[in-house]
Amino acid sequence: MKRYSAFAIAKEALGYHVGWERAWGNPEPKPEYEVVIVGAGGHGLATAYYLAKNHGITNVVVLEKGWLGGGNTGRNTTIIRSNYLQDPSAEIFELSRRLYEDLSQKLNFNIMFSPRGVLMLAQTEHELRAWERTAHANRLFGIESEMVTPERIKRIVPIINIEGPRYPVLGGLWQARGGTARHDAVAWGYARAASDLGVDIIQQCEVTGIDRDEHGVTGVRTSRGAIRCKKLCIVVAGHSGVLADMAGFRLPVESVPLQALVSEPIKPCIDCVVMANTVHGYMSQSDKGELVIGGGADGYNAYTQRGSFQHVEETVRALTETFPMISRLRMLRQWGGIVDMTGDRSPIISKTPVPGIFINCGWGTGGFKAIPGSGWAMAGLVAKGEDPVAGPFSLDRFTEGRMIDESVAAAVAH
Amino acid sequence: MAHRLPSGGLVIDRSKPVEFTFNGQKLKGFEGDTLASALLANDQVLLGRSFKYHRPRGLIASGAEEPNALMGVGEGPRFEPNQRATGVELHQGLTARTQNHWPSLGFDVGALNSWIASRAPVFSAGFYYKTFMFPRVAWKHVFEPVIRRAAGLGKPPKEADADEYEHFHVHCDVLVVGGGIAGLSAARAAAANGARVLICEQTPHWGGRALVETETQIGGMSGADWVRGEVTALSGMENVTMRTRCMTSGLYDHGYALLYERVADHVPGAEGTPRHRLWRVRAGRIVVATGALERPIPFANNDVPGVMLASAVRDYVRLWGVAPGEKAVVFTTNDDAYRTALALHEAGVAVAAVLDARAEVKGELPARARAAGIEVRAGYGVAKVKGGKRVKGVEIGRLTGMGQVGGRREELACDLVAMSGGWSPVVHLWSHCGGKLTWDAEAAMFRPDPERGPTGHDGAVNTLACGAANGYLHTDLCLSDGRVAGMSAASATGHSRGEMPEAPEVQAIPQAHPRPLWFMPARGKYAHGTKHFLDYQNDVTAADVQLAAREGYESVEHAKRYTTLGMATDQGKTSNINGLAILADQIGAEIPQVGTTTFRPPYTPISFGAITGRARGPLFKAVRKTPMHDRHAANGADFEPVGDWERPYCFRRMTPEGRESRAQAVTREILNARQKVGLLDASTLGKIVVKGPDAGKFLDLVYTNMMSTLKPGRCRYGLMCNENGFLFDDGVVVRTGEDEFLCHTTSGGADRVHAHMEEWLQTEWWDFQVYTQQVTDQWAQVAVAGPNARKVLEKLGGVDVSDAALPFMSYVEGTLGGLPARIFRISFSGELSYEVAVPANLGLALWEKLAEAGEEFGAMPYGTEALHVMRAEKGFIMIGDETDGTVTPQDLALGWAVSKKKADFIGKRAQERAFLAAKGRKQLVGLATEDPAEVLPDGAHAVKEVKAKSRMITIGHVTSSYFSPTLGRSIAMALIEGGSERMGEVLSFPVAKDKVVKATVVDPVFYDKEGERQNV
Ligand SMILES: Cc1cc2nc3c(=O)[nH]c(=O)nc-3n(C[C@H](O)[C@H](O)[C@H](O)COP(=O)(O)OP(=O)(O)OC[C@H]3O[C@@H](n4cnc5c(N)ncnc54)[C@H](O)[C@@H]3O)c2cc1C
Repeated sequence: MKRYSAFAIAKEALGYHVGWERAWGNPEPKPEYEVVIVGAGGHGLATAYYLAKNHGITNVVVLEKGWLGGGNTGRNTTIIRSNYLQDPSAEIFELSRRLYEDLSQKLNFNIMFSPRGVLMLAQTEHELRAWERTAHANRLFGIESEMVTPERIKRIVPIINIEGPRYPVLGGLWQARGGTARHDAVAWGYARAASDLGVDIIQQCEVTGIDRDEHGVTGVRTSRGAIRCKKLCIVVAGHSGVLADMAGFRLPVESVPLQALVSEPIKPCIDCVVMANTVHGYMSQSDKGELVIGGGADGYNAYTQRGSFQHVEETVRALTETFPMISRLRMLRQWGGIVDMTGDRSPIISKTPVPGIFINCGWGTGGFKAIPGSGWAMAGLVAKGEDPVAGPFSLDRFTEGRMIDESVAAAVAH
Repeated sequence: MAHRLPSGGLVIDRSKPVEFTFNGQKLKGFEGDTLASALLANDQVLLGRSFKYHRPRGLIASGAEEPNALMGVGEGPRFEPNQRATGVELHQGLTARTQNHWPSLGFDVGALNSWIASRAPVFSAGFYYKTFMFPRVAWKHVFEPVIRRAAGLGKPPKEADADEYEHFHVHCDVLVVGGGIAGLSAARAAAANGARVLICEQTPHWGGRALVETETQIGGMSGADWVRGEVTALSGMENVTMRTRCMTSGLYDHGYALLYERVADHVPGAEGTPRHRLWRVRAGRIVVATGALERPIPFANNDVPGVMLASAVRDYVRLWGVAPGEKAVVFTTNDDAYRTALALHEAGVAVAAVLDARAEVKGELPARARAAGIEVRAGYGVAKVKGGKRVKGVEIGRLTGMGQVGGRREELACDLVAMSGGWSPVVHLWSHCGGKLTWDAEAAMFRPDPERGPTGHDGAVNTLACGAANGYLHTDLCLSDGRVAGMSAASATGHSRGEMPEAPEVQAIPQAHPRPLWFMPARGKYAHGTKHFLDYQNDVTAADVQLAAREGYESVEHAKRYTTLGMATDQGKTSNINGLAILADQIGAEIPQVGTTTFRPPYTPISFGAITGRARGPLFKAVRKTPMHDRHAANGADFEPVGDWERPYCFRRMTPEGRESRAQAVTREILNARQKVGLLDASTLGKIVVKGPDAGKFLDLVYTNMMSTLKPGRCRYGLMCNENGFLFDDGVVVRTGEDEFLCHTTSGGADRVHAHMEEWLQTEWWDFQVYTQQVTDQWAQVAVAGPNARKVLEKLGGVDVSDAALPFMSYVEGTLGGLPARIFRISFSGELSYEVAVPANLGLALWEKLAEAGEEFGAMPYGTEALHVMRAEKGFIMIGDETDGTVTPQDLALGWAVSKKKADFIGKRAQERAFLAAKGRKQLVGLATEDPAEVLPDGAHAVKEVKAKSRMITIGHVTSSYFSPTLGRSIAMALIEGGSERMGEVLSFPVAKDKVVKATVVDPVFYDKEGERQNV
């Protein structure tokens, strides 16, 4: 793999950039692999990369029905934070956040992780207490995250309206090392690095069926023919239920549209991510200058990658109230993705009732931040049959009642 | 030089001059001008700087597709960045400023990028993914801040918006989008058949391109005259609503459309009008008559100010009477651009030549141009534009093969290049909601596939495209296509009178087929030295797209994201198709195989203000107020939001030392209620009536307790769990009749509980004979709590409230102090307590009577905080404090309220699961800090072992914590692993980096354990 650097760019520029090679390969599928991963989103690609990198398993293929990174990985608002309430969540999200810190260097692809800080506002007494509880839990866990006063909030985000009138800002939970990253780059970076380690990535290849015998999984059927495998990983976010159905089991997951939008680009006016959960909206500014805005999920199940306008309206209202100066800015683009929601709003990284089939899903509205950690844990689970970080997120927690409930702490769980 | 022509200009009023300011300079235009036309008329061709290279840029277009001329318009609370000059109507006193340059528009340091790139193209597509990685900290502290400052377009507004916005909610049979001839004909045909029609046009003028095409005659008159007639006819019809300055911004599922009307942008600050109005329309059928956009041609330096779309040049001449230059070169792939050559010629602007990419040029339009003495060069193209801040000339040559210029080069001097790469139907709206496209190779365009349009709720296609938006570029076809679309839309919505408005006769000049020309790499490769822009605003060149494909970013979406093609504020209106064609060529595929990217709303950006509408400030979210609210405010209440309600947190009195602090007020309120009597406005408490023969059976399933055995006139504290067995609401249930119950819920939980009940009734137990009705707002309720409570009610009189007549947990109806009232003997404070409910309109009267009667007994109001402290003193749980969605009743020692007799209730099976029944779960305990003055912070965690550093293993957390004025010490409740077995154990709470608070585990009931006080 040709390394990327300022020097390489300068050199290639002199040759009018004809010397660059493909970022990832474009092979024909082989008849058999040790591990087949369905879904080339961030989680699928990271799983492939860490299987190769951490466990030396390279006879791996990632199958993608569209183009890699085109699912939620390429549609999300890229908030990264790890100040979760419950220990198992804190464990995986902090692992993930730490991996993000030097991911650009590890992958030799600038994924633009930008620890610009994530601020979660408290706008009711109840919310204030919830964040205080989280702050205590985080400190004891070893996650840097603290409560801040309205005065400090105003200093961090001068454009915010802390007076209300409806929901004055009472305080906030601040994670200075949280932030954002470039979503496409995360998918592309993992794809390029995995491909370099020998992983096949096959796009425009939809999995249409799963073959199994009495011992477990034997392979998949795809729009480009059948592929045999020993192990199968289902990492398809909003379509998890569809794939589980092919494999013959059911999942406690619902698929709902989640929308986001951006404004036209303007010069920098907000430096960190602000989440206002009481009013249901959050906002940050991309390096390009667009205000990146999101809110709650739509209230119905669907597979269309659109949502209803009513949700956009609620979100924009909430943010015009929180940041009155945005009123004269304009919405440039809105879109949606299909997110996979579990009952306790925590993911599933688990073996399944079918031997050889593993599943990674349920990231819902907040799995971009988890891509490195989730790939890491999933690779461990697939390679060794168990993984300490993945452990608590097994499917049987639903039958045992061992919920990891994060909805406690945040109504909007990005 | 660009200049105002001595005459002409269909939409300007030369008798009404308008003054405006541009970059501090005072300029003049006319009413009817856009900011763009007025600037051109003043010879302002340099109007902005590009995003990445900061190259000088001028106008390309005259409408919504303009990528370059973005400015900051207005001042202070009316300042708005990134306004398209082509969409801003000129008005007296308008101020406009160019953006994205430093120190000035003419001399911009950022243009260094461009100079560097001209030596070596280091800022190639996606270059930033390949660098800025070392050293690691430099990204956050050096590279990214620099990139952020350089990126972004205009400056952010500083002040809150001075304007107002509103929403309309409208139903119609047929929504027609676009007021060109196709749209007008569609509207006419639909209306003639009786359909309710709404037609909108984004510009201030009806007629679209027909206004400009003076060679075409419709019904024996000019296009403009025909349009005028149509508009008059339509505006006379009762079933037709017409709006200009109104853009359909998006189409959503099932015929939902969003229209964005710019009511007062051209008269800023006008009294009594909103600035923008958002129309939320539900239409039976939608007719998309949005026209077509002209494509630029990617030749070298096609971004120098003075290079414009041929149609835009014609618009400026004919609509606004402005000549964008003195000497023009027209470069075209089709007949249409000859109209521009003719228009320029007519207006007295010299046309140096028309370069036509087609080897053979026949047909009427070229013939007319030739007849006018304009030189037509067949098989020629522009190789390169000369000039920096303005076009100085073009290098031209003969086209060899696809897009190459071979042979001898010539130079033509000019200051205007009018280019036409052909037309693309505006299919954005069609695609927003799933409409599919087909590739028409002959016409070289994507057009709507009528078989695969967006569908409505019944699965039938509910959107029709017509006219140029449907791929018909000829006037007669546009007219007939529009009429057919209007007819079928009307008939699909049940309106078919069989009326077909008469087809006007059209005299138009026939046009020959275009020759698609996607590339003009001049000589050699795109990347070599010069730039061929596709996406002007984002500075994406043809070489960038080729590089993306070379690196494997072959799917359109990858190429778009890697290069940022089509992601600027114009959303690729002029660049998408050219980009696609270059991508297809690079990977050796056909254009339709590569496909298009997804179009997403809005068509052009719409203001957040419009989306917000009136819902701002106090109207952001309606405040729910109890009937006593104003009285509380007058009484010094500090309010807090509880759900949508505002409730008094406490009542701060005036004292000789000034106004009480919150803490002082709360302490006083508690002691007063404990010693005398307190009044709490409990109206916000959720109230749901459950009625019917199966009401008892239903409630037995909804609550964990047995409710069917409750006797009429009695109350029972009940718990509700979700399917997962976790507690989610609580409250007192009152049996108000044989088949009627009144269920109290938490204040914040009423809607949720009601929805929960309905969901079960409607989806699972639809055969139960039960109705539920929320009556929270119908009753005002006051808790009278404290040793003197009975005396207060007795003084009001009318109902026997003695312990014998109304024992604890019972209920009676009567006339209390002259008011019809329901009295519940229930207590959340642990004191002797009555809750009195009256119809909401009598709430204030009740409050006043109680306050007056209570005066001699020391009655004082108390707020939510005193309520919370008193319930904690009693060890009563609070939903949301002691519960968090993971807590069962058993965890809270409320197992007594979970029936063991019932066969089933919601959550029963879940509670039998291993983990919920396991030992060692977190259980509710009380905590007494070693230092009685020390109040544990809310949410503090107890740890197994205190360590100098994290990580410490936690065993539970504080759920409620207060200083109890009653006990004169701090109290706290907590959920601690195996808590019930830890009585007397001292736990450590590291509450800050170097502070550990120690507390002993105690019974959570701190006060009056036997419950004697409430039972008197
Ligand atoms: C609007 C929005 C905003 C969000 N904001 C945030 C945020 O701020 N922070 C955050 O942390 N998270 C956020 N998220 C969530 C985050 O995007 C997701 O949790 C995460 O990207 C999921 O990644 P994934 O790899 O599991 O799924 P995806 O990226 O969706 O990848 C799944 C892939 O599987 C493919 N696939 C599906 N079926 C098949 C098949 N049969 N055969 C082959 N391939 C198939 C799909 O095409 C897709 O590419 C947001 C999500 C949305 C929609």
